Amino acid sequence: MSAFAMTVSDTLVLARRNLKRIPRQPDLLIAYTIQPVMFVLLFVYVFGGAIATPGFDYVDFLMPGIIVQSIAFGGFVTALGLSEDVQKGLIDRFRSLPMSRGAVLAGRTFSDILLNCLSLVVLLAVGFAAGFNFIDSDVGQVALGIVLLLLLGYAFSWVFALVGLFSSSPETANSIGFTLIFPLTFASSVFVPAESMPDGLRQFAEANPFTTVSDAVRSLWIGTPPHTDVWMAFIWCVVLIAIFAPLAISRYRHVAAR
Amino acid sequence: MSEDAIVVEGLEKSYGSVRALCGVDFSAQTGTVLGLLGPNGAGKTTAVRILATLLEPDGGTARVAGFDVVRDAAALRAKIGLAGQYAAVDENLTGFENLEMVGELYHLGRARARARADELLERFELTDAAKRPVKSYSGGMRRRLDLAAALVASPPVLFLDEPTTGLDPRSRLGMWETIESHAASGTTVLLTTQYLDEADRLADRIVVVDHGNVIAEGTSDELKDRVGGERLEVQLEDVADCERAIDVLSEVTGERPSLEDRTVRAPVRRRSGVIAEAVLRLTEADVGIDDIVLRRPTLDDVFIALTGHAAEEEPADEPAEETPEEVAA
Repeated sequence: MSAFAMTVSDTLVLARRNLKRIPRQPDLLIAYTIQPVMFVLLFVYVFGGAIATPGFDYVDFLMPGIIVQSIAFGGFVTALGLSEDVQKGLIDRFRSLPMSRGAVLAGRTFSDILLNCLSLVVLLAVGFAAGFNFIDSDVGQVALGIVLLLLLGYAFSWVFALVGLFSSSPETANSIGFTLIFPLTFASSVFVPAESMPDGLRQFAEANPFTTVSDAVRSLWIGTPPHTDVWMAFIWCVVLIAIFAPLAISRYRHVAAR
Repeated sequence: MSEDAIVVEGLEKSYGSVRALCGVDFSAQTGTVLGLLGPNGAGKTTAVRILATLLEPDGGTARVAGFDVVRDAAALRAKIGLAGQYAAVDENLTGFENLEMVGELYHLGRARARARADELLERFELTDAAKRPVKSYSGGMRRRLDLAAALVASPPVLFLDEPTTGLDPRSRLGMWETIESHAASGTTVLLTTQYLDEADRLADRIVVVDHGNVIAEGTSDELKDRVGGERLEVQLEDVADCERAIDVLSEVTGERPSLEDRTVRAPVRRRSGVIAEAVLRLTEADVGIDDIVLRRPTLDDVFIALTGHAAEEEPADEPAEETPEEVAA
C-alpha cells in the first residue's frame, strides 16, 4: 500500500470510529444540537429587541454569526475525544500500530466536518423557523458561505486538536475551551455589530477572525457590505490550519499517557 | 544462531532531571518470556515505551525483532503488539468493533480483520460480549480485550506492561491463564510487573530493575536463591516441643531450622507436599501445631536482599525478624 493510500484508509477507519460513538452517546448529540438552538432562541427573543442592527432584522444579522460560533465549536468534540484517548492510553495503542502517523488527527478533523454538516442543517432549520431569510443572494453565494463555514470548522478542529492533546483530561479541555476560546466569539461581530462597541474592544473585535468570517458570511447570505473581503475570511481559515495542524501533529508525536 | 528477539544495550532516558533509565542492558531470546520486575517508578514502563517505539531513548540502542527501535521504527511497528495496565480500548465501541479497527489499522483488510476479531473474541471468551460496548465490560474483560487487540496481527514480539495491575485476585489468575495459554506460545514476550509471583509464574527469565538500573538477572529460581527462597513457618502450641519440632523439620526440609518465640522456620527447596509431610511428621512426633504456613519471598524480600531497601518508599510491614539474612542464617 502506498503511503498516501495508507493515510486515506487509516483516516477513514478512525473517522468511522469517531462517528460510531455519536449515536451511542445521546447526551453528546443533544448537547451538540440543543445548545446552538438555545442560543438562537435566547438571542433572537431575549436580547434581539435590545440590539440595533440598522437596515436588518436581528434574526437575519444573528444567524450567520451564531452559525459561525457553533461551527467553530463543533471541533470541540475533537478536543474531548483526543484528551480522552490520551488519558485512556488509546493514543499509545495507535502510535504502536503500523499506521499512518497523521491518521488519528486527520480522522478526527474529517469526522468533525461531517458532524458540522449535521449541525449546519439543524441551525438553518431553526433559523428559518425563527424567521431567517437569505437576502439578495444566489445559490452560488449561499454555497460559498457554507464552504467557508465548513472550512472554519475544519480550522478550529485543528485548534481543538491541539487543546485536546495538551489537556490531561476531558475536564481540562473543557475549561480551556470555554475560558479561552469561547469569550473570543463574544468579542466579535458574532452577536452584535462591532461598531456598537467601545473603543479598544471595537478595534479588537474588528481584528478578530470571528468578525471577519461572520461579516463574510453575512455579505454572502444577507447582502451586507463586507467589513473586509470574503477572501480575507478564507485566508484566515487557511492561516489557522497552517499554524495549528503542524502544532497538533507535532504534539501528537510526543504525547504520552499520564 | 539468530539474534535475540529483544536486545537492549546501554539504554538511557531522562525526564528533565529525573533519570528514568541509567544505561540498562538486557535481552530476550526468541520465543521466551522475559519479566521486567520492579517497583513503581523503576523505569519498567519507560523501557517498554522505548521498545514499542512510543518514546525515543536519550542514549544506548535497542533492537526488537531485528529492527532498531529508532531508525526502523515504522517497519518495527508491524512486528509488535502492546497491551498493558491502561487497557487501551475504545469504551464506546463494542469488543468486535475494537478488534476490527485494530485489524484494519494493521492493514489486514476489512474481511480478514473481521475474521480475526471473531477468532480472538472466541479464544478470549468474549464472544457473548462481542456486540456490547466496552463500557459495560468488567476490568478483567477489558484486559482480555486489550490483550486480544495486541495479538490481532499475531506479532512475533509482544509487550505486556503490568497486565494485571489493579485487577482483583480472581481476574488476575484468569489473566495469567490467558497469557500462558494464548500469548506466550512461540511469541517473544516482554512482561513488566511489580509482582514476583507473576514474574515467577509467567517469565522464563527475570530482570530486576530499580531506579533505572538493572540490579539482578536470572531465572526465578536463581533470584529466589539469592533472596533465601521459600520457607516453612510452624507456630507451636507449646514452646517446650521446639527441640522435637526442629529435629523433625530439619529432616523434612533438609535445612537447619531457626527458632524465635514459638515459631520454627526452615528454608524449603521443594514446594509440593512439604506442608502435608511436615504436619504428618510433627503429629507423629506429638508436636502440637498452632499454625503452619509456607512463606514465599515477596518483591520486598527481593529488594531488601538486592538493594538493602524496600521496594516501596514506605517502611516494610514486617519487623526485622523477617529479613532474609536471618532466614538464610
